[in-house]
Amino acid sequence: MIWVDTIVQGILLGGLYALFAAGLSLVFGIMRLVNLAHGDLIVLGAYLILTASTVFGLNPFLAALIAAPVMFGLGWLLQAHVLNRVLGADILPPLLVTFGISIVIQNGLLEGFSADSQKLSVGALDSASLALGPVTLGVMPLLTLISAVAVILILNQIFYRTALGRAFRATSDDAATAGLMGIRPRNVFAIATGLALVVATIAALYLGIRANFDPTIGPARLIYAFEAVIIGGLGSLWGTLAGGIVIGVAQALGAAINPEWQILAGHVAFVAVLLVRPRGLFPRAND
Amino acid sequence: MAILSLNSVSKSFGALKVTDDVSFEVAPGEVLGIIGPNGAGKSTLFNLITGNIRTDAGTITFDGTDVTGQSPMARVKAGIGRSFQIPQPFTHLSVYENLLVAANFGGGQGGREAEQLCVDILDRTGLGDLAEATSGSLSLLQRKRLELARAMATSPKLILLDEIAGGLTDGECVALIETIKSIHAQGTAIIWIEHVLHALTSVVERLMVLNFGKMLTIGAPEVVMDTPAVREIYLGIEV
Repeated sequence: MIWVDTIVQGILLGGLYALFAAGLSLVFGIMRLVNLAHGDLIVLGAYLILTASTVFGLNPFLAALIAAPVMFGLGWLLQAHVLNRVLGADILPPLLVTFGISIVIQNGLLEGFSADSQKLSVGALDSASLALGPVTLGVMPLLTLISAVAVILILNQIFYRTALGRAFRATSDDAATAGLMGIRPRNVFAIATGLALVVATIAALYLGIRANFDPTIGPARLIYAFEAVIIGGLGSLWGTLAGGIVIGVAQALGAAINPEWQILAGHVAFVAVLLVRPRGLFPRAND
Repeated sequence: MAILSLNSVSKSFGALKVTDDVSFEVAPGEVLGIIGPNGAGKSTLFNLITGNIRTDAGTITFDGTDVTGQSPMARVKAGIGRSFQIPQPFTHLSVYENLLVAANFGGGQGGREAEQLCVDILDRTGLGDLAEATSGSLSLLQRKRLELARAMATSPKLILLDEIAGGLTDGECVALIETIKSIHAQGTAIIWIEHVLHALTSVVERLMVLNFGKMLTIGAPEVVMDTPAVREIYLGIEV
């Protein structure tokens, strides 16, 4: 039964990876922008929550409610004033710019918060768990997975049930024609990046509660996010959730065999999925 | 007052003058046809009217406002709708969603009003049964219908149709003409670029001929088509 427990823990861990990846998937799906600073923006979100929590004496969940609109504004400004300038046929400029942003965020956080590890605490919930027969579910990992499913559900509702979502998808299809239909593509891109950073804030909340963080851990979160997005199929939000779960389960199984294999097992699963399905598990039909 | 007025509009790409001092007006509710050989500058003229291409000289006035410096988005919101020669639907959206985007953002309509408008347009353009189909899966005829339907969904005062009858069978063409006539009957002004002359002349009230970016002539279709220069240049008939 230990394997059942291991797989369940892997699925729960996958929820965190899906949260890391959802914002990345959103931005890539709409504007084909690969944001190399995504991991660092998650870490920035964690520090914002930490700051709001410390300054106002708030529970991290409440502090996240303050951080989320700040992150939305930051995402909007970043896209409107920096990233929109480099979007185009050449994919290199956005990569270079977001790589630069990554370095700026890391060094800014080091300057402002030092290299010391930080953690968000929610008191007894940190280590609370539910025993379900042979399986033990941590409350925070369970909340993480539930949040990931909720985020994907809400993003899907926005995408397929609202005018904004149709604008996202139309702009993703053909930004020039979208402009002729009365849509402002650059504004749509800015809203999308703002939304992606709200999702990043939720990821940051659970990252900060479940593990220590410091200014330099962003790039590793970016790798997990990338792998989840690519395993799931570019542009597919449910695929991103599945991708996160694949990595989470692989890591949990790897760690159960040998703790040193945890990280490696996730990367091996990524390569294995790509060998079998090069376009990911749930690619968009006519990409 | 004219709904659209072009005054000495010119455009060059390098040394090539694709629109050369073109001036004309379109009255509210009028249907104007544009003909000319390939490369005459017909689609460029549409791009200048919609704002996809900026003019080098001259002014474009729409509904009493100088729109020469306005963006394509501002012009569609002002009431200039357009279909493309090569259909450009949003391929990941359904047919119905393509229309909703146009109605929401181009026509500025929301909620039930926009939904009802789109359902009506789908019925009028023969796309009712394909409402939920992904537009990337449509045939050429269906895509051309969608182009027309999407332009209609922006609630335009002026609609620009770019070779919308090209590649259609006679039967399909007749159905398309009826749809265009129904748009005209509602009072929408139309400018229609077309090589299928019998389709064009069955609808338009005036005809304009372009050649090498210049306006050769404009007037009643039967008069224009009988002009020796038009017969020689456009139809290739020596006179």
